[in-house]
Amino acid sequence: MAKIIVVTSGKGGVGKTTSSAAIGTGLALKGHKTVIIDFDIGLRNLDLIMGCERRVVYDFVNVINGEANLKQTLIKDKRIDNLFILPASQTRDKDALTKEGVERVLNELSKDFDFILCDSPAGIESGAMMALYFADEAVVVTNPEVSSVRDSDRILGMLSSKSRRAEQGLDSIKEHLLLTRYNPERVEKGEMLSVEDVKEILSIDLIGVIPESQAVLNASNSGQPVILDKDSDAGQAYLDTVDRLLGENVPFRFLTVEKKGLLKRIFGG
Amino acid sequence: MSDQSLELKGSLFPLSVLSCTDLSLAVVKSQLEHKLAQAPAFFYQAPIVLNLSDSQQTPDFSAIKQLFSQLNLVLVGVCGASSEHKQLAQQAGLAVLQLGKTAKASQAAEPTATAPSRQTSVVTNNVPVPMDSKIVEQTVRSGQQIYAKGADLVIKGTVGAGAEVIADGNIHIYGTLRGKAIAGAAGDSSKRIFCYNLQAELVSIAGNYWLSESLQGNFWGKPACVRLQDDQLVLADLV
Repeated sequence: MAKIIVVTSGKGGVGKTTSSAAIGTGLALKGHKTVIIDFDIGLRNLDLIMGCERRVVYDFVNVINGEANLKQTLIKDKRIDNLFILPASQTRDKDALTKEGVERVLNELSKDFDFILCDSPAGIESGAMMALYFADEAVVVTNPEVSSVRDSDRILGMLSSKSRRAEQGLDSIKEHLLLTRYNPERVEKGEMLSVEDVKEILSIDLIGVIPESQAVLNASNSGQPVILDKDSDAGQAYLDTVDRLLGENVPFRFLTVEKKGLLKRIFGG
Repeated sequence: MSDQSLELKGSLFPLSVLSCTDLSLAVVKSQLEHKLAQAPAFFYQAPIVLNLSDSQQTPDFSAIKQLFSQLNLVLVGVCGASSEHKQLAQQAGLAVLQLGKTAKASQAAEPTATAPSRQTSVVTNNVPVPMDSKIVEQTVRSGQQIYAKGADLVIKGTVGAGAEVIADGNIHIYGTLRGKAIAGAAGDSSKRIFCYNLQAELVSIAGNYWLSESLQGNFWGKPACVRLQDDQLVLADLV
């Protein structure tokens, strides 16, 4: 049985798709057979971030409607074994997803895969509800600013009331906080909420802190999940996050301003 | 457009019920005076319902009403009355009320020191029954609304910004209150809000409210109790 993880946030543009791509790739790198599903029907992005946009033939909605089977639709990643992408439809809207259809696809994928990552659309409407409904765990992507934190709080409320686990009275969804676009310098200046502030407001466990980094933008533009850029701070932070998701205890990095050495101070850097 | 200037709504009020086995004026007077002497301020102009279920006599309602007003009490009605008594009470301008369950149950007479031999008693007790409590174990998230109808509300977690907790009774929050808390929603101004960390968007008691800007000050981010005093919200220490 696969573990179903939803990557969600409420607010748009905080890094859900970037994080889905990075975490999914990281899980596959660790040897777990992983599929990432793009639930953002009509605003397909995951294929771009994963660099497989030219290989999309069928999509999620085709599978739900029975117009194609999973084997035809899943796109196998060329860089990493064990990694697959189920792209969203670009020509349809979110109403094309039905609970029964999504459940059927998830059940089928569940037989083959270890992890199913659901990349949720922004908002709290049917598309986002569909992405979180069947989840076992949730990665709540949050930027360190008040509007993102409030939207995450809203989504956490949905996770604990509108999901299958909540409706059927099962164990509640395991919630993880992933803080992205973190800039320790701006936190020190008081321009950004700190990790502690966000943790206190949302009161859920922290699974990762991804520093604000040029590497993320570069990676997105070139269709390479940032986790593959192992020299970058963001890539390393995502690797740590994947380890924690797999239950390892890894210390948090990139939380404080890097002290500039003497040479750096003299020669600039 | 509606031009209605009046509105009828049902509502529950706590009323003191007076049970008497002997309804002769002299007995009621002496016993009531004795009772009132114990807590004159508490019963001052208190609305009272007379329980007739223990009494066989036919009382003189208008005389009793007058006696009550002499003693600074307001007799508003009778309960437990026989049909004959009902008619007389209504003629005297008193409301006829249904007897509450608690009033029936507590007929245990408490003979007073003044006239134990005559087996008369004066017992006051409040209806309705004590409020129930609704307990919420987890954090209340943004967008969630919890209403404790006719009850106190106890939140073990935090109330997030954009969340609302509403109770007809008191509200107790053991985490941080960042959202809205509305106590005494049915209009009871004696209700209060207790929280461990006050950072609320809004607090309201019986319709009197303060926004977060009015809450800035000594109690912001600290444990606090909000109550109503002379139609004004007041903040105080939790302990």
